[in-house]
Amino acid sequence: MSDVTLETAAAKVPEAAPRSPPASQIGLLAWLRTNLFSSWLNSAVTLLIAYLVVRWTIGFVEWGIVNAVWSVPDNQTQACRDLKGIGACWAVITEKHRFILFGTYPYEEHWRPALCVLLFVGLYTVSAMRRFWRKELALVWVATLTAIGVLMWGGILGLPYVPQERWGGLVITLILATFGLALAFPLAVLVALGRRSRLPAIKALCVLYVELIRGVPLISLLFMASVMFPLFLPEGMNIDKLLRAQIAIILFAGAYLAEVVRGGLQALPKGQYEAAEALGLSYWQKTGFIILPQALRLVIPPLVNTFIGFFKDTSLVLIIGIFDLLTAGKTAIIEPAWQGFGVEVYLTVGAIYFVFCFAMSKYSQSLEAELNRHRNR
Amino acid sequence: MQPFGLSFARALGAAALGVTLALPGLARAQQAPAAAANTFDAVKSRGQLVCGVNTGLAGFAQPDSQGVWRGFDVEYCRAVATAIFGDPNKVRYVPTTAQNRFTALQSGEVDVMARNTTWTLSRDTSLGLDFPAVNFYDGQGFMVKTALGVKSAKELEGATICVQPGTTTEQNLTDWARSNRIKFTPVVIERLEELVSAYVAGRCDAYTTDVSGLAATRSAQPKPADHLILPEVISKEPLALGVRQGDARFADVVRWTHFLLLSAEEFGITQANVDKLGNDPRPEVQRIIGKNGGLGPMLGLADDWAVKVVKAIGNYGEVFDRHLKPIGIQRGPNAQWNQGGLQFSPPFR
Repeated sequence: MSDVTLETAAAKVPEAAPRSPPASQIGLLAWLRTNLFSSWLNSAVTLLIAYLVVRWTIGFVEWGIVNAVWSVPDNQTQACRDLKGIGACWAVITEKHRFILFGTYPYEEHWRPALCVLLFVGLYTVSAMRRFWRKELALVWVATLTAIGVLMWGGILGLPYVPQERWGGLVITLILATFGLALAFPLAVLVALGRRSRLPAIKALCVLYVELIRGVPLISLLFMASVMFPLFLPEGMNIDKLLRAQIAIILFAGAYLAEVVRGGLQALPKGQYEAAEALGLSYWQKTGFIILPQALRLVIPPLVNTFIGFFKDTSLVLIIGIFDLLTAGKTAIIEPAWQGFGVEVYLTVGAIYFVFCFAMSKYSQSLEAELNRHRNR
Repeated sequence: MQPFGLSFARALGAAALGVTLALPGLARAQQAPAAAANTFDAVKSRGQLVCGVNTGLAGFAQPDSQGVWRGFDVEYCRAVATAIFGDPNKVRYVPTTAQNRFTALQSGEVDVMARNTTWTLSRDTSLGLDFPAVNFYDGQGFMVKTALGVKSAKELEGATICVQPGTTTEQNLTDWARSNRIKFTPVVIERLEELVSAYVAGRCDAYTTDVSGLAATRSAQPKPADHLILPEVISKEPLALGVRQGDARFADVVRWTHFLLLSAEEFGITQANVDKLGNDPRPEVQRIIGKNGGLGPMLGLADDWAVKVVKAIGNYGEVFDRHLKPIGIQRGPNAQWNQGGLQFSPPFR
């Protein structure tokens, strides 16, 4: 009987209707509860921060949008000055954006540096896509950089010649950073390999280079390039200031990147080297096939860290009188009519730097994830 | 071999490109003044004057919104270019910082430096430079609020004065007050921005630093007209044009270009009337405009060089009024010698 009762009882109980878990366990509410309001202290901190964020946002919107002045008629900044700081004077950007972006480049030729900036961005985008990672990419780089050189200098194809000291703004920053890193990276790989070489002369040379360059600040290298170096040249011979700064940046970045790459080389287990040798590969084969691909993958985060650092360090060229993006921004607000609107200009310049650096950082994250997929099991 | 070979090829390509990009620069640089001893001929054969200017100083040299250099010092570059070529636009401006300005001149990167550089004995003797002409007598001055009603620094008896500590500015102020028997209360603040805001907030009656610095501060105020820079200048900062030493001919051209601007003002020659002075009875005017005397060729310039310079640039007073008056700098020591100032031109004879 008991069996029957049991069976019927079991059969009679209807299958439990699917019920959602209590609202206090899942969903937004639960997330808020566990993460933001788990104790009275956390709640207090959450509320305080939320208050500050909201207040700051409202303040910024009021300053930056509601009360802002977007343009003024021919350099009459009285409208901006009458705001007395309660609103932003974006008119300074409206008026000066072309100077900030292109510096003292001839006004009617501004399309040339503008096109160069687009070419740079296009070059970065194409190089970032893995499906374009072929031999031809090197040709694309050479072609694009040559096109940029032709556009900036001119002098042929009916473009008027523009000397380097008139170049300026964003394009200078991109030139210094791109050439600097593109040339410093191969140099760094060679130096890193050289530093681990068994040949004493090569090793000593590489150690000397890295330690010497790393031992001085970038600013002093730029000084050397700008102030000391011309005095050693024969009378009348003059290497352009921009080129000197560019070489200083390449050498400096090379030393730092070399140490990053060496870190990757050292992190590889010795077995990898031995296995490669056991296969009978030559030194260059071993390095090219086995060692570098693994070593470089290991050091993507510090590499990008260094790249981002150098992108911003190019602004140090201001001490030798080259108008990069930041210097052009600073110079834009020297004109008496526009003095006192530094915040607006610095915010704009900061936003431009941020876009480039953030893109680099995001890209490195995705690249890292992709290249390390085999490890995530 | 493949991956490394690829990156190596890329490196080579990039390096080759770097070199190709660098070459025009090098090739062009080779044409730079071959012999520092004769800048004049080098400038002439290049067809362009290379002028070292400040990277940005309100009123003196700064690029405008279109990237065109403007300012008091910039006009001197244009004036020298007009004297040599008859064309104020044949100038290449090289922005120089306080650190690299002397090297730029010494190494031949620039021909002339119009860059608010103070003429001192040590700079004149040890840097291989010459200072042919002082185009602006700067020096420490005072700024007060217009509402105070003070018109001269002598009236600052009993005033509180904002000053940065540990600078020559502070010593100059003390020395000046002692020698003029003026009692004052110093308000000493280290950071410049705080010092300025203390002055603006009314913590002190006057604020003292170099006149050009005062002018920059004044023009940054919401209502510049509320502030007055007093005419007295209590220290010596003669800002001079610079050329390489041992190049007397080019130095002469630069020096007499400055004197031309001064003489033009002294004799009332302006941008507007310089063309109509052919029958002016004054002999000196006749010599300046090249009617007689043959002064231009003595400098290696055309007979009508002066007419072209004044036509393109204006006289000293016009240049001053165009660039320095709007930012609140008064003539003070830069007035003509017969107006109580220091600007004096030897005769054109």
